[in-house]
Amino acid sequence: MAKVTIDGLEMEVPDGTSILNAARMVGGDIVPPAMCYYSKLKGSGGKCRTCLVKVSQGSAKDPRPMPKLVPSCSTTVQDGMVVENITSLDVLEARKGVVEFLLINHPLDCPVCDQAGECDLQNLGYKHGLAKTRYEEERRTFEKADIGDNIKLHMNRCILCYRCTYVADQLTDCRSHGVINRGDHAEISTYISKAIDNDFSGNMIDVCPVGALTDKTFRFSSRVWFTKPMDAHRDCKKCSGKVVLWEKGNEVLRVTGRKDKYGELEEFICNECRFEKKNTSDWVIEGPRHIDKHSVISQNHYELLNNIKVDIVKYQKQVAERVNKG
Amino acid sequence: MARKILLEHLNVPGIETLEVFRKMGGYQAVEKVLKTMSPDDVTEEVKKSGLRGRGGAGFPAGMKWSFIDKKSEKPRYLVCNADESEPGTFKDRYLMEKIPHSLIEGMIVSSYALGAKTSYIYIRGEYFYVLRILEKAIAEAYEAGFLGKNILGTDYSLDLHVQIGAGAYICGEETALLESLEGKRGNPRMKPPFPAISGLYASPTVVNNVETIAAVPHIVNMTGDEYAKIGVGRSTGTKLISASGHINKPGVYEIEMGLPVEEFIYSDEYCGGIKNGKRLKALIAGGSSVPILPEHLITKTANGDARLMTYESLSDGGFVSGTMLGSGGFIVMDETTCIVRNTWTLARFYHHESCGQCSPCREGTGWMEKVLHRIENGHGKMSDVDLLVDIAKKIEGNTICPLGDAAAWPIASAIRHFREEFEYHVKYPEKVKDPKHFFYAPFVSEKMNASIA
Ligand SMILES: Cc1cc2nc3c(=O)[nH]c(=O)nc-3n(C[C@H](O)[C@H](O)[C@H](O)COP(=O)(O)O)c2cc1C
Ligand code: SF4
Ligand code: FES
Repeated sequence: MAKVTIDGLEMEVPDGTSILNAARMVGGDIVPPAMCYYSKLKGSGGKCRTCLVKVSQGSAKDPRPMPKLVPSCSTTVQDGMVVENITSLDVLEARKGVVEFLLINHPLDCPVCDQAGECDLQNLGYKHGLAKTRYEEERRTFEKADIGDNIKLHMNRCILCYRCTYVADQLTDCRSHGVINRGDHAEISTYISKAIDNDFSGNMIDVCPVGALTDKTFRFSSRVWFTKPMDAHRDCKKCSGKVVLWEKGNEVLRVTGRKDKYGELEEFICNECRFEKKNTSDWVIEGPRHIDKHSVISQNHYELLNNIKVDIVKYQKQVAERVNKG
Repeated sequence: MARKILLEHLNVPGIETLEVFRKMGGYQAVEKVLKTMSPDDVTEEVKKSGLRGRGGAGFPAGMKWSFIDKKSEKPRYLVCNADESEPGTFKDRYLMEKIPHSLIEGMIVSSYALGAKTSYIYIRGEYFYVLRILEKAIAEAYEAGFLGKNILGTDYSLDLHVQIGAGAYICGEETALLESLEGKRGNPRMKPPFPAISGLYASPTVVNNVETIAAVPHIVNMTGDEYAKIGVGRSTGTKLISASGHINKPGVYEIEMGLPVEEFIYSDEYCGGIKNGKRLKALIAGGSSVPILPEHLITKTANGDARLMTYESLSDGGFVSGTMLGSGGFIVMDETTCIVRNTWTLARFYHHESCGQCSPCREGTGWMEKVLHRIENGHGKMSDVDLLVDIAKKIEGNTICPLGDAAAWPIASAIRHFREEFEYHVKYPEKVKDPKHFFYAPFVSEKMNASIA
């Protein structure tokens, strides 16, 4: 076990835990945002840099601070480590920079994007971004493409988190989906536009943090906040069959996997459940789904960090109180 | 004449062949280590020599070798970084092209020290003809029994392969190089784990620059202590410098560490002074990634000491008034140079070469290039200059690999030292329309003029 302190909160976690996962064990404000890390996909993380934190004490043995901010998703905790997330102005400044970088080439087409309302980038932008853009140049554009019969790739919106490539690599049996080209021209692609046809390819849609991969059977049928999420299941030979149905009236508009409060799927589901079972009679309905994530779906629970300094003082006080109490 | 080690026999006819190379003392180090030294003895000599990595970062080579995981069951690898793609750097090519056996001898001796049974030279795609030279030299070495099974009758065996890259700068970064060598997309890996623990094929690996490896046989022959006597302080030995730009004698020079920068630029033995009697304006001392220096900080440091060609002296003053020895790509610029144009050119390079994995570098390099393009062509705003500084700051230190830093430093330092020139481009857009704007009438600082008058 290792003892770590994150934003003044002390906790004990198993050795080998990442800083991000340690923070998630406690939850709340001290959890850094993660746009590329996905606990269920091996090798993911380290790319988007939104989860950067400051390590002001490396470990009990070697108390020197780490020279640079580190990605919390891929840095393991050491016994005696002290981490600053939202209590460090450096971190907040760097994160603001990352959010800006992610947004400069991202189209501001939320009004016509299916992901709007459940988009991680939208949430991140609200929380950390600037209200105005400093980018005057033309945004880079790509052609839309189809990935198989059911998935639309809208590369303009992609933030190159690489999650979908890990899905293709780890859930499907051929490695035909990956990244081509370099730098800000890099794009995800199926090898020579070969369609991915595979029982689990649809999970790419769910792991995509933005609207780059969308469900063609749902596209443009409704804004997500007009649909009603219901937990449901069915007997499925390929997957657990545990899904969320997004209904409007009695119509099932969309089927997705069940996401936790960090936007990660609890279990991957198969394409049959996702794309082919669009009747309520296909499913056993369990009841309405509670969406933990603060997003439009859970009724405008946006927390603005616009006056960061004040928030930090308040926050530190709260932490001190919590620590004193217990 | 200064002492030459790596290039001593450069002008001997036929030095590229094994026969002549041996006549000049080549492959003696292989005999010496295999027959009289243990692998750890070799590492110890390299440690004593104070040899530091010549690829850019200047990490002590002996120390890097001692980090290699000896407890691992997996095979160990030595990989030579011959990707040399940093603008301004062309010393490794020169060495491999002229004296290929010096690298091969270095590979054998170093592999022995590390306990590697298979080693690789990863060479950049554009050096295709050098690949042919190396392949020929390797074939000769196999034939003469310096490579392959039971080298010189001992029980040490080594296979050496050359792998050609596909022309990406990022594949010079050691972990991207390993990915590429494994046949994957050349994306840098997250560190830790460092290659010494988990490198090529997840096995303990050492990656060293061509020049670093080529210096090892000489260290073995002359002993580490003798090698350490050359140079100043922690900058020992000799260094290859590839000099280019507005000088009379561009080329590759071997210098003893500690040579004054002034002598290097103006002496006829080296660069031979500025071309066409022009005035020196700026210097990029160690390849395009290092901070640029303005005239008054080139030959003297901020405290007025003579600036020397050493790791320490060149970085004296840190980012405020210093630079770095880097890979030894020495680019001299005279008064006709437009610093904004030069900075934009570099920005274009880094934008083109970013691997695109992490967001600050992927998006930031492109953004900086576009803003610089605007300023250079007379479409900039005053606020763009500070915007550039801010973007550079947000990239620096926040990326997976140092390419992000390498893209940010040249821009941040150019603005630090030449801000007035950037502002001039914004103030007088019509004067910078002609791409050769400072060619006929060099830029003159208004502030300086005012203070003189
Ligand atoms: C973007 C980037 C490009 C690099 N290119 C080269 C290169 O072309 N050649 C080289 O020897 N080292 C290059 N390096 C440095 C290597 O990562 C590594 O530090 C070096 O090969 C280690 O060898 P050394 O210790 O002998 O210098 C590069 C580093 C970065 C970040
Ligand atoms: S800093 Fe640039 S080159 Fe290095 S990993 Fe990130 S995107 Fe790739
Ligand atoms: S979540 Fe850690 S870098 Fe993206």
